[in-house]
Formats: sequence, structure tokens, C-alpha cells
Amino acid sequence: MLLFRRFLRDISAVIGLVIVLATIVVAIFAPWLAPKPLDAHESHPVERLQGPSREAPFGTDNLGRDVFSRVILGSRAALSVALLVVSGSLLIGVPLGLLGGYGSGWTSETIMRVTDVFLAVPQLILALAMAQLLGPSLKNAMLALTLTYWPFFTRIVYAETRRLKTSVFVEALQGLNASSFRIMFAHILPNAAPPIIVRATIGMGFTILTAAVLGFLGMGATPPDPEWGLAVAESRQYLPEAWWFATFPGLAIFLVVFGFNLLGDGLRDVIDPRLRRSR
Amino acid sequence: MLRFLVRRVLLVLPVLFGLLVLTFILVRIVPNDPSAALAGQNATPQQITEIRAKYGFDRPLIIQFFVYLKQVAQGDFGTSIQSGRPVVTDIGQRLPATLELTFAALGLGVFLGVPLGTLAAVRHNRMLDHVVRFFTVGGIAIASFWLAIMLQLLFAMQLDVLPLRGRLSAIMDAPPTITGLYLFDSLVTGRFDIFWNALHHITLPAITLSFGSLATITRFTRSGVLETLQKEYVQYETAVGYPRWLLVSVYVLRNSVVATVTQIGLLFGALLAGSIVVEAIYDWPGIGSYAVLAIFTSDYKAILAMTLLVGVIYAAVNILVDVIHGVIDPRVAEQM
Repeated sequence: MLLFRRFLRDISAVIGLVIVLATIVVAIFAPWLAPKPLDAHESHPVERLQGPSREAPFGTDNLGRDVFSRVILGSRAALSVALLVVSGSLLIGVPLGLLGGYGSGWTSETIMRVTDVFLAVPQLILALAMAQLLGPSLKNAMLALTLTYWPFFTRIVYAETRRLKTSVFVEALQGLNASSFRIMFAHILPNAAPPIIVRATIGMGFTILTAAVLGFLGMGATPPDPEWGLAVAESRQYLPEAWWFATFPGLAIFLVVFGFNLLGDGLRDVIDPRLRRSR
Repeated sequence: MLRFLVRRVLLVLPVLFGLLVLTFILVRIVPNDPSAALAGQNATPQQITEIRAKYGFDRPLIIQFFVYLKQVAQGDFGTSIQSGRPVVTDIGQRLPATLELTFAALGLGVFLGVPLGTLAAVRHNRMLDHVVRFFTVGGIAIASFWLAIMLQLLFAMQLDVLPLRGRLSAIMDAPPTITGLYLFDSLVTGRFDIFWNALHHITLPAITLSFGSLATITRFTRSGVLETLQKEYVQYETAVGYPRWLLVSVYVLRNSVVATVTQIGLLFGALLAGSIVVEAIYDWPGIGSYAVLAIFTSDYKAILAMTLLVGVIYAAVNILVDVIHGVIDPRVAEQM
């Protein structure tokens, strides 16, 4: 409760929370919120490339589809990709980090050196290479993003576990003959949770951004799916006339990522005082 | 210092070897048959078998790996499918363009970000600080491909004050090659017309690429300066009557930028990744647009070489950052 009240005092964190919640609501109810939900896959060539109007506030695209509706429908792809990639990375990265940090000798060394290898190249480049080799599709893009994002969690969990491993409560548990599995997952993990939660929140925004880049480069969603990055790519050949076609999907990306970043920053201040940004 | 350098390099080598293994596994184990990709869509099964034998794809994986290792050790990354030339030649020719763009973006980030972060810290919790904070959180939330297109739309298409794409106008010849960085080469050889033209061309890509790093540098400088401002020696020097600007810009700043310098090393990776998209949009003839071409043409040899090269550059920059650390903070140098 105290934490919650402290969180509410941070205006920008609250703004972030509002943006994120609004995005989730929009994504869930997208087919009902979008004025023309069928425009996900239907085209109306007669109404192509019309500027913003009362009828179509964000204009229409090269196939006469309502850009506003497609931006709303695109929130589903963005959020579900981010959610799947981040939870997948957590599932791989967290146990590996616990094992690497709590274990010793070969297991730990192997895990951490493999993690280093994955971190030796910027994530986007590795993900692009993987997505290409797996073959361009949304499913493979998500797989590539997951396979390149887990090391970030492993690193964090590793550092936390190393720190907690020598603390008194862990030594006490060892004295009580608790199993390593139990110590790692029931005792160390909850204590390591705050930085993981912060990283996962910021990771949601980051993944939306990276997934949009993959979509833009043709390595993610395939037409005619309403995906923001793909939409910006499709708009390029109709510039500068159809500026609305490129502008609004990009603004949607910005707004959602901005929300997750603000929220992550605010959470960091509240639940992880050691990382508190100086204010 | 020398011992430190040697140790750092030795520590990086296993990681780079691991990267070699990873890229090899990726190409060979992934369901896509490289022989089929090489043969093209209309190849007959017999042609595919021939190609498989020619490139040694029919041999055991472990032998293929050692052959690959030997080739890489000799600097042979094979022939690019898209250009028909050795991948190393292609990359060597395109690397200066990427380095020029990356340095320009990093320069923008440092020369704007450090003062901006310092100002925000000095004007802590005032209007300027809030504006800067909004900007730094927003800066890393913008998709670079979208920013690139918006800048093109505004400055190249609507206002027509900056070129849309490329590194030089088509009528311009490249300056005599000294470093391969057009801005530097043209300035040294006195070709100011080329310099001016190149400067026009690099402006939009550099701004686009620098946006994320500018935000990060500003942010870390701000928190660094804020922390230092609370130190006792700063209060003492203020009491003694040092002018505020001198105190901040000389004594406080030097003690505050250590975290920022570390970030610059990490940012370099982000810049290399960002250059892929930015170069593709602005038609910048560097390794980023080469990577995009390689991806579209399934040129897996070029993709492999690129991934390894980025790994090497990234590692080298981070070692360099550690050295710079020692220069800024002698206490760190002593531990080296």
C-alpha cells in the first residue's frame, strides 16, 4: 500500500501506467473499438490514399483501408508479440541465471559463457540473422527475438543470485538441509524479483520496438496483417503525398513504447531502491 | 596497463570463438537448406546435389566446422551471392561509410548530450529538467525507421533543404581516398565543395542514428552530475567562491562522466544495430545497407561475416572504453 502510494506520487510513472492500461484495453476490445474492423483484410480500391477526414481520422492506405482501424487492430499484434517474447525469455533466462549464480564449477561457467556469446552482438543483428535463416514469418520473428533476449534476464538473475547466495538466510536454509531447487526457486527468486520485473516492463517496450523493426524489414508480420512496422514499410512508396499513412502507425509505436518506459522507470524507483534514479 | 590490455583481449577470444560456433550452428542446423538457397528457386534436385558436393555440405558437420574455421582464420569468408565478389572485399569497401556515420552520430550524441545532461542536473527539478527528462525517455521510444522517414518527409520532400538519400550527389566524385571518411578526406585535400556536399548528405542519417544515444548520454550525464554535486568538495569549493560554471564544467563534470563513458561503449553496439535500418532508408552505402541486402537475397555468407565483424568491433570498442576509463580516472588505471 505504501509502495502504491509512493508510485502514485510519481506523475510520469502514472502517465506510463495509464498509457499501458489503455493499450491493453484497446488491444482486448480492438475488433469492437475499430470503426471498420473488417479492414484488417478487406480492401476498397476506390477509396485509396484519402487524407484524414471525419470518416477516416487517420486517412486511408494504398488499398483504401482505414488507417485508424488498422492502427487499433495492430495493438493486438504488438502486445501479444511483446508478451510472448518477454515471457519466453523469462522462462529461459531466469532458471539459467539461477543455476549459473547458485551453482558452481562447470555448469555455472558454461551457462555464463554461452550468455556472453549471445551478448557479444547487438540483439537486433542476431535476431535479424536468425529470423532470416528461419524464414520470414511472424512466428519465426518471435522465436528469433526470444532466442536473443533471454541473456539479458540471465545476466540480471545471475548477479542477484550471486549477491543473495552468501546472505544469512540462504546459509540458514542450507543448514536446514533445504534442497538447492527449493532454495533457488522458493527463496532466492522472490528476493531477486524487483529488478526482473523492472527489466521485463522496459523489455516489453523494447521488444515492441525491435519487433516493429523486423516487421519493417519484412522479417516479421506478412501482408495483409495490420502490423505497425509493416504499415510504415508499405507507406514508403506513397510519400510524400500520403504522409498520414506513414505517420500514425509510427506514432502508435512511439506512444506504447513510451508508456512502458515511463512505467518501468517508475517501478524501478518504487520497488528497487538500490537502482533509484537520482532526482 | 599493458597487462590489463592483454588480459582483456584474451578474455574476449573465447567469446568470439563461441560466436563463430553459434553462427555456424545457425546456418547449418536451421531447416533452410543452404544448397537449395544457393541453387535458386528453379533448381532441379540434381543441381542441388551438385552444389551440396561443391561446397562440402554433404560432409560431416564437425569437418565442415573445421573447414569453416580454417577459412575464417585465413580471412576468407567466401563469395557474396549478391555481388559475386569476396565478402571481405565488399565489407572492406563499405566499412568506412558506416564508421563515418557512426562517428558523426556518436559525436552529435556526446556534444549535445553531455551539456544537456549537465544543464538538466544544474537546473534540477525545474522546467528545463522536466523537458529534458521527457525527451530522454521519449528519445529511446522512437522507432528509428519511422524517425528517418519523418525527417525525410519534412526536410527532403516538403522543405527540400537536405538531400533524400546517398552519401554524395551523383555529379560529385568521391574525394581522394585517405581514410575513406569523405568528410575528413575532402577537408584534408582542400576540396571544400565535396565537404559541403557530404555534410549535407550525412546530416539527416546522423541525426536519426544519434537520437537514441543522445537520450542515453544525456540521462547518464545528468544522474552522474547530480550525484557529484552533492559531494562535500563541491560544497567547499562553492563556499570558497569558485564561479558556478567553472566548478561545474571543469571539476564536477570530470568526476561525473565515468558512467557515461561506460555507456558509450554499450551504445556503440546500439549504433551498429541502428545503422542497419538507417542506412537502408537513406541508401547509405555502408555495411548496414549491405546487411539488409544480404538478408533479402539470403546471402548467408555475408550475414555470417557481418555478425562476426560486428562482434569484433563491439568487443574492441568496449576494451577501448576501459582504457579511456583509466585515462579519465587515475584510480581505475592503478587497478589495471
